[in-house]
Amino acid sequence: MKRFAALVFILLALVALNVLLPRVTNPYHFQVLMLIGINIVLAVSLNLVNGFTGQFSIGHAGFMAVGAYTSAMFTLKLGQPLVASLSLLPEPVAQGLALLLALMAGGLVAAGAGWLVGLPSLRLRGDYLAIVTLGFGEIIRVLLLNIEAIGGARGLPGIPAYANFFWVYGSVVVVIVLSGRLAHSTHGRALFAIRDDEVAAEALGVDTTRYKVLAFVLGAFFAGVAGGLFAHFLSYLNPSSFTFLKSIEVIAMVVLGGMGSITGSVLAAIVLTLLPEVLRPVKDFRMVIYSLMLIILMITRPQGLMGTRELSLGWLFRRGGAAKEPA
Amino acid sequence: MSEFLQQLVNGITWGSVYALIALGYTMVYGILRLINFAHGDVYMLGAFIGLYASRWFRAGENPNPFKALLVLLTSMVLSALIGMIIERLAYKPVRKSPRLSALITAIGVSLLLENGGVLLFGASPRFFPQIVAQENIPLGLGVTISNQQLIVIAVSFALMVALRWLVLHTKVGKAMQAVSHNHMAAALMGISVDRIITFTFMVGSALAAAAGVLVALQTPKIEPYMGILPGLKAFVAAVLGGIGNIPGAVVGGLIMGIAEVMVTGYLSPTYRDAIAFVLLIVILLVRPAGIFGKAVAEKV
Repeated sequence: MKRFAALVFILLALVALNVLLPRVTNPYHFQVLMLIGINIVLAVSLNLVNGFTGQFSIGHAGFMAVGAYTSAMFTLKLGQPLVASLSLLPEPVAQGLALLLALMAGGLVAAGAGWLVGLPSLRLRGDYLAIVTLGFGEIIRVLLLNIEAIGGARGLPGIPAYANFFWVYGSVVVVIVLSGRLAHSTHGRALFAIRDDEVAAEALGVDTTRYKVLAFVLGAFFAGVAGGLFAHFLSYLNPSSFTFLKSIEVIAMVVLGGMGSITGSVLAAIVLTLLPEVLRPVKDFRMVIYSLMLIILMITRPQGLMGTRELSLGWLFRRGGAAKEPA
Repeated sequence: MSEFLQQLVNGITWGSVYALIALGYTMVYGILRLINFAHGDVYMLGAFIGLYASRWFRAGENPNPFKALLVLLTSMVLSALIGMIIERLAYKPVRKSPRLSALITAIGVSLLLENGGVLLFGASPRFFPQIVAQENIPLGLGVTISNQQLIVIAVSFALMVALRWLVLHTKVGKAMQAVSHNHMAAALMGISVDRIITFTFMVGSALAAAAGVLVALQTPKIEPYMGILPGLKAFVAAVLGGIGNIPGAVVGGLIMGIAEVMVTGYLSPTYRDAIAFVLLIVILLVRPAGIFGKAVAEKV
């Protein structure tokens, strides 16, 4: 019952904020808020791969790009006619439905790509795996640049802006709750075991290959969803949004937050999205200060802001009726 | 046929530049197990220091080999110092931290050098003075090589031979090998591990700076972001050859350069940036430890 109440509460809160926020915030603040949400989805999804499983992936922007372009094309080809044919439903509902389908399509195709990239992780370890994911991300970017049907280097304009506060922060809630539940499940324990000692995990009967691929597929799925949200929020896609630097940005969030800490990833996603915005007034020095702060943070807190600990959000993750009030 | 040979010559020229950068990656990795992402930016700094040095020595006015050599050496020495400073200030404090934290630090340093470069040198491309007047030398079969290309290849290989001698036959080189095997055992043998690590960074940075100046000889447009892609590709070259392995880095670099030039020439220049990574994935699937890398059995 308690969980159902929580779900209703979250849904109502999202709907209320969805209506309220665009009216009370200025457009710039609102845009930053939305980008924070998208970055949280990215960071938490990468945390599944890098933080939970200890598999070092530096091609997250590639999965994001796959999801972004797939969902954008889905909406342009199928979603818009669908919205038009659903004229009986109120517009936000019809658009939401189309967006949901597009996000699923983007997520699934990205997950397929994750499966493809996850397979070599059967053979490769550590840095070699890292460099394969990096290569994958770059190959995706070059392919996007060269496919004229999706705009090539000119980019893909005119994507309907269906992604509103509800969908972005709804996805944030879904990815956080899902990783939280995963962390406390058998599967999550298996992932942690692989991170801590792959050989020992294997000796204890954990199917390491299966779990590594699972982590990749899940991480890629949500990266694809984040890409879809990105596409439907900005209405425009360009391959240059998905460079190696974007992957690095997301890794920085995961490492800064503390490997494996979900709330850490969330916190770091907020900090690292806000930091460049806050630094806007200093113009030319902005990126210099950003990089200096990154270095100083890593030197002073190498285990990340949160270490592997979580902020107390226990009531979200604890199972059913046994839930106690947070201390 | 002559077109193919011409492409091969161009490919070897590019490849030797990649090899020079890859050597720095591979040495630092061999000793610290750290992917030094800032290495490509040291290459950029090398080119810019070369630019200012050639102005200082007026090397562009009446080019002579002595001045060009002076420019190259100045850039190498100053970049070695920069490499030392980077290692001392940024990497040494995170040496005992989890490897990923060290990696993020390296990324931070890379961003710092790029954006600091924009601040210092401006974001728009600058032109490197011609410190060697261009001449084309026919090689027969319709193949020509410019004297600049020849210099790139000759200097690269001279530096590689020097590095090989340094690592295999000098005391400091043997210390480097010892540290790359085991830090603690090396320390117990009386090797100052800290100093060897710093020295490795200095050598790697000097090689990257040389690569920067050599590239600027040929393609004189230099800008603060020029190090990102060559840096990544050189790293890929190092992995291709088996990271931590010095001859592997050279072979990897050459393969990379030749493959890129061939793709540009015969397929499409837009796929040039992808070929490096396709090659990498194919080779790693067949030989997971790279061409010369040894598969290390995991001890439990």
